[in-house]
Amino acid sequence: MQSALDPAGVEAQAVYWLFWICVIGGAIIWVGVMAVLFYAGRGGREAISQKAGQRIILIGGVLFPTVVLAALLSYALWLMPTVRPVTAQANSRLTLDVTSEQFWWRIAYPPEGDLPGFETANEIRLPLGERVGFRLHAADVIHSFWVPALGGKMDMIPGRTNFLSLEATRPGLYRAPCAEFCGTSHAVMGLTVVVMEQSAFDAWRKAQAQLQPVAAASGTAPRPATGNGPVVAADQTDRGQDGLAIFQRHGCAACHALRGTTAQGKIGPDLTRLGERATLAAGALPNTQEALAAFIRNPQKAKPGALMPAFPMIPPEELATLADYLRASP
Amino acid sequence: MTRPGTRTETMPGAASAGGQPMEGQDPPRDLKAEEARLRKVWNTPGGWRYWTSVNNSEIGLWYGATAFIFMLFAGLLALVVRAQLAVPQNDLISADLFNQAFTLHGTVMMFLFAVPIFEAVAIFLLPPMLGARELPFPRLSAFGFWSFAIGGVFVCGSIFFKAAPNAGWFMYAPLATDKDYAGIGADVWLLGLSFIEVASIAAAVELIVGIMKCRAPGMRINMMPLFAWYLLIVAGMILFAFPPLIAGDILFEMERMFDWPFFDAARGGDPLLWQHLFWIFGHPEVYIIFLPAIALMAMIVPTFSQRPIVGYSWIVLAAVGTGFLSFGLWVHHMFATGLPQISLAFFSAASTAVAIPTGVQIFVFMATMLAGRVIFSVPMLFGTGGVAIFIIGGLTGVMVALAPFDWQAHDTYFIVAHLHYVLIGGMLFPVVAGIYYYFPLVDGKALSDRLGKIAFWLMFTGFNVAFFPMHLTGLRGMPRRVFTYPADIGWDWLNLISTIGAFVFAAGVGVVVIDILRPKKRQPDVKPNLWNAGTLEWLAEPKESWGVRSIPIISSRYPLWDQPDLAEGIKQGRYYLPDAKEGLRETLVTSVLDAKPIQVLRVGGTSMVTIAAAILLGGVFIAMTFHLWTLTILFGLGTLIAILYWLWTGTGAIPEAKEKDVGLGLSLPIYVSGPASVGWWAMFITMVGDGTAYGSLLFGYFFYWTIHDDFTAGLAGPGLVWPLAGSALFLASWVLMLMARQANERDRTSLTRMLLSASMLATLIGALAAFLGPHRYGMDPTVHVYPAIVWVLVGWLMVHAAAGLIMQGFCLARSFAGRMSAAYDMDIRNVTLFWHFLTVTALTTLPVIALFPLAR
Repeated sequence: MQSALDPAGVEAQAVYWLFWICVIGGAIIWVGVMAVLFYAGRGGREAISQKAGQRIILIGGVLFPTVVLAALLSYALWLMPTVRPVTAQANSRLTLDVTSEQFWWRIAYPPEGDLPGFETANEIRLPLGERVGFRLHAADVIHSFWVPALGGKMDMIPGRTNFLSLEATRPGLYRAPCAEFCGTSHAVMGLTVVVMEQSAFDAWRKAQAQLQPVAAASGTAPRPATGNGPVVAADQTDRGQDGLAIFQRHGCAACHALRGTTAQGKIGPDLTRLGERATLAAGALPNTQEALAAFIRNPQKAKPGALMPAFPMIPPEELATLADYLRASP
Repeated sequence: MTRPGTRTETMPGAASAGGQPMEGQDPPRDLKAEEARLRKVWNTPGGWRYWTSVNNSEIGLWYGATAFIFMLFAGLLALVVRAQLAVPQNDLISADLFNQAFTLHGTVMMFLFAVPIFEAVAIFLLPPMLGARELPFPRLSAFGFWSFAIGGVFVCGSIFFKAAPNAGWFMYAPLATDKDYAGIGADVWLLGLSFIEVASIAAAVELIVGIMKCRAPGMRINMMPLFAWYLLIVAGMILFAFPPLIAGDILFEMERMFDWPFFDAARGGDPLLWQHLFWIFGHPEVYIIFLPAIALMAMIVPTFSQRPIVGYSWIVLAAVGTGFLSFGLWVHHMFATGLPQISLAFFSAASTAVAIPTGVQIFVFMATMLAGRVIFSVPMLFGTGGVAIFIIGGLTGVMVALAPFDWQAHDTYFIVAHLHYVLIGGMLFPVVAGIYYYFPLVDGKALSDRLGKIAFWLMFTGFNVAFFPMHLTGLRGMPRRVFTYPADIGWDWLNLISTIGAFVFAAGVGVVVIDILRPKKRQPDVKPNLWNAGTLEWLAEPKESWGVRSIPIISSRYPLWDQPDLAEGIKQGRYYLPDAKEGLRETLVTSVLDAKPIQVLRVGGTSMVTIAAAILLGGVFIAMTFHLWTLTILFGLGTLIAILYWLWTGTGAIPEAKEKDVGLGLSLPIYVSGPASVGWWAMFITMVGDGTAYGSLLFGYFFYWTIHDDFTAGLAGPGLVWPLAGSALFLASWVLMLMARQANERDRTSLTRMLLSASMLATLIGALAAFLGPHRYGMDPTVHVYPAIVWVLVGWLMVHAAAGLIMQGFCLARSFAGRMSAAYDMDIRNVTLFWHFLTVTALTTLPVIALFPLAR
C-alpha cells in the first residue's frame, strides 16, 4: 500500500515498466561486463593486441552506451509530459490545495457547484479514474508530497506553489510518507490516500462539505449541518456533549477545528470526522481510542518535536470520553 | 627491471631536456658526502618537533591517517543508524540523536574522508611519481593538513555534546536556518566545513602547481602518469566546485547570525538558491571523489597486467569529459523541486551522457587487462571487486538520471543504495586497493595477503548484503532519513538484512585496520618495486626523506620499464640536483607542457608557523561559532600576523647567486617571477577559485532579480553616485598599480613607492565609496533580501580591498627593507595579478548594484 512496485496510478504504472526495462537491461550489461572481467583475469589465454584493445574501448565504452542511452533517454523524455501533462493544471476538474506543516498535512477541497469547500487533514480521498490536481504549499520548511502507488513525488517549498496531478486506476487505501527530511519527526509524517469509486467519493465529499463551521454566538452545542449525513450519530449521546465540553474546556479549540461546532482553531489539523480516518497524528498511530488518548496525554512520545503541548492533567476518564467523542464526532 | 611485453607507447625524442646522464664528472664526486648533505637538509626532526615537519611524505601520511580515522568514526555512526533501523519501532536511540548521526555520517564521509584522503594520497605520491623532491609549497600542505585536522575534530566532536548538525548533510534551508530546530550544530557545520574547504582549496592550488610545474625534465604533459592527470583534473574541479559552496555558506551564516533573509520566502528570499549553490558544489563533488579512485586503478591495472595502459589518450579525454559534464548535472538532485520540464529534460540528458566517459574509463581497464597477463593479488581483488559494485551503481545512476524514474526513487532508500554502490564501489574499494598496493612505500613493509583476502570477502559480501536490498526497500516506499518505521508494510526483513550486512562489512573494514596497525617490526622489508611497476614512485626510498636521490630525465610513460639504467643512475646521483651544498631544500621547476627545466626552486622547510597559523585560523572559526566576537577579532589578527610572518620570512628570499649549476652541465636561475614562477601560478589559481565564489554571489543577485517581478520590493537601492564614484576609484587604483609595477621594472624605487601609496589611497576611498552607497540610502539587510544581497556583494568587495591594501603594504615594506627591485619583483607582480581580479570584482559589483535597480 506504500509501494511503487504495486502501482495503482497512471504515472506509477508507466514508471513501473520503465523500472523493469532498466533492471533487465542493466542485469544483462552487468553480467556481460563481469564475464569479460572474469575472462580477462583467467590465466593461459591469448593476450589481445593493442589495436583490438582500442576497438573494445570504442565499441564497449562509446558506441554501445551511446546507442542504448539515447534510446532510453528518448523514451524517458517522451514519458515526462505523458505522465505529468502540462495541461493538467488548467484542465483538472478537481484541484486540491495541500499544505505541509511540521509534521502533518492541511488539505483543502474547493467548492463545487452548490457544495462549499472544506478543509480537512492528513487524509485525502480521490475519485477513481480522474486526473486530480494538487497545488502544493509548505508552511514552515520543505516537505515532499509522494504517493508511491500513484506516482512520483513533488517537493513542497515555502514561498513557492508546485503543481502535481495524479490519476488513480485502482481503488484502495495508500500510504504516503513525507519524502523530504523536515525535522525531528520526519519519519512519522504520513498521509493516507483513499481512492474511491466516483459515486462513493461524491457522497463523501457532500457529507464533508455540509459540515461547516458554526459561529460562536449560536452556543456550544454541536449542531448537525443541513442534510442527513451519518454525522449526527455522535450527538445523540450525552457522551458526545461531554466530549465536546472537555474539548472546549481544555482549550483544544484554540488549535483544532471541529466543523459543525464552534471549534475553529486553525493552528493544528482539522479533526472533523476523525473517526473515518485510517490513522491518527498523520500516520503516527493506529486510529484507536487508546492511541488517541495516549497521544493527547503525551504527543512527544509518538511525535517528537510536534507543536502540540502535552495534556497530562486531563483525568483518564475524561480522556477516554474525549477520545470517543472525537472518533465519533462530526 | 624491464617490462615484459611490447614497447608501444613511448614518446620519441623526449629525453632532450638538458643532456644525458654523464658517466664521469670532474672533479671526482664524494657520493657519501652528497648523501649526508641531502639527508641533513631534508631531515625529519625527532621528538615533539616531528610534528613541525612539512615533508610531503609525513604530511601525506598524517593527512591520510587522519582522514581514515574520520572514516572509521563516520562508519561507527552508520552502524548506530543501522542498529536503530534493524527492527520497526525501535527505540534504541532518540529521533534527535538519529538525525545528528545520519547528518554527521554523510558530512564526515564526504568532507572529512572522501576528498581529503585523495589530497593525502596525492601529497604523499605525487612528488616521487613526478620525480620531484617536493611539492612547490610544502608549508601550504602542512597548513592545509593542520586546518583539516582541527576543523575535523571540531565537527566530529560536536556529537559528544549533543551539538552536532542535524539537518542532513545537504543542510536545506529553511529547516537548517530554523534556530529552534538546528541549533549550534548548523553553525558547526557551516563554519567548521568552511574552514576545511579553505584547506581543500589550498591543497588544490598546491597540486595544480605541483603537477604543472614540478615534473621531472622530459616528462611532457602527454607522458605524465595517469594519476597525475586525474589529480590535475580533480584539483581543477575543486577550484570551481568548492567556491559556490563557500558562497552559499556565507549567505547561510549571514542569515543565521544576523537574520539576513536569503532563504526566507517571507522576505523575498528563496530556499531554492541554497539548493542550487549546494548542488553546483555537490554534484562535481561526487566526481571529485570518484575520479581519484579511478586514478589509483589506472596505476594498479597496468602494473598487474604487466603492460602499459591501453588507450592512454582515451582515458585522459574521458576523465576531462567527466570533469566538464559533472558541472552540468546538479539539477538532477532537484528533479522534484518543480522546475520546468524543459530544464529537467536538459539535465536528464546531461546526467545520462556522463555514463559514456565513465564507461570509457572502465573499458580502458578491461582492454588493458585483456591485452596483458593479469596477476591477481589483493590490490587487483579490491580493484575489480570495486568495479563490479560500481557498475551496479552506475546502472542505477542511469535509472535515476531519467526524471520520471527519479520522481519515484528520489529521497528513498533506492538512492541510499545507489549512492553507496557508487561511492563504496567507485571510491572505498579502490582506496583499499591503493592502500594494499602502495603500503610498502610507507616504511618498506607489505600488508598481509591473507588478511587482505579475508577483508575483501567480508567487505564484498557484507556490502552487497547491506545495500542490495535497499533498492527494494526504497521502491517499496521507505524514505531516507527516517528514525523509525511501522511494522508490516514490507520493510521489516529487508531492513534487518541490511543491518546484518552492515556489520559484516564493518568487520571487513576492521580486518583492514588490524592489518595496517599490527606490528611489523619482525617482518622483513619487501624488495624495492615489489610489484614490478613501471612508474617512478616505486624508486622512492621509504627510509630516506630526500624523496628522490637525483632528479631524472624521463622519456617514457613507464620509465622503470622502458629506461633500463634509470634506477641505477638516479641512485648514483647521476642526474639533476644530486647535492645540497647550500643547505637548502631544492627541487626543479619545469615548463608546463614540455617539462624543460627553468628554475631551481627553494622550498620551505620545517616550521612552526604553519601549525600556528592553522590553530589561529581555526580559532577564528570556532570563536565565531559561539558568537565570541572579541575573540574572533583577536584570532583574526593573530592569523594575519602569522601569515605575514610566514610570507616575510619564507618567501621571496634573495638568493646568494643568480644561477646555480644543477648538474649535467645545466645552470638554472634560482629566483624567477611572473608566469615562470610557481608563486604567480598559485596566485592566479587561487584567484580563479576566489572569482568563482564571487561569481556565485553575483549569481545570487541575478537569481533574485529573475524570480521576482520587482526584486527591490520597492526599497531604496544604493543610488548611482557612490557606486559609480567607487568604480572610478577602483579603476584608478588599478592604473596606479600597473604604473607602480612598471616603475619598479625600471628600478625607480621612490616613484614605485609613491605610486603604490597613491594606489592604496584610491583603494581605500573606493572601498569607502562602495560602503557609502547602501549606507547612505539606509539599506537594512534584515528587512528584505534585496538590501541583504547588495550588502553581501559590497562586503565581499570591501574584504578584498582590505586584503589588497595589506598586500600593497607588504610590497611597500619589502621595498623599504631593500628586498624589492627590478630583478627581484615577485611580490609586486603577484600583487598586480591580484589587482586584475580585484578590479574585475569592483567593476562588476558596483555598476551592477547601481544600474540594475533601474532595469527592474
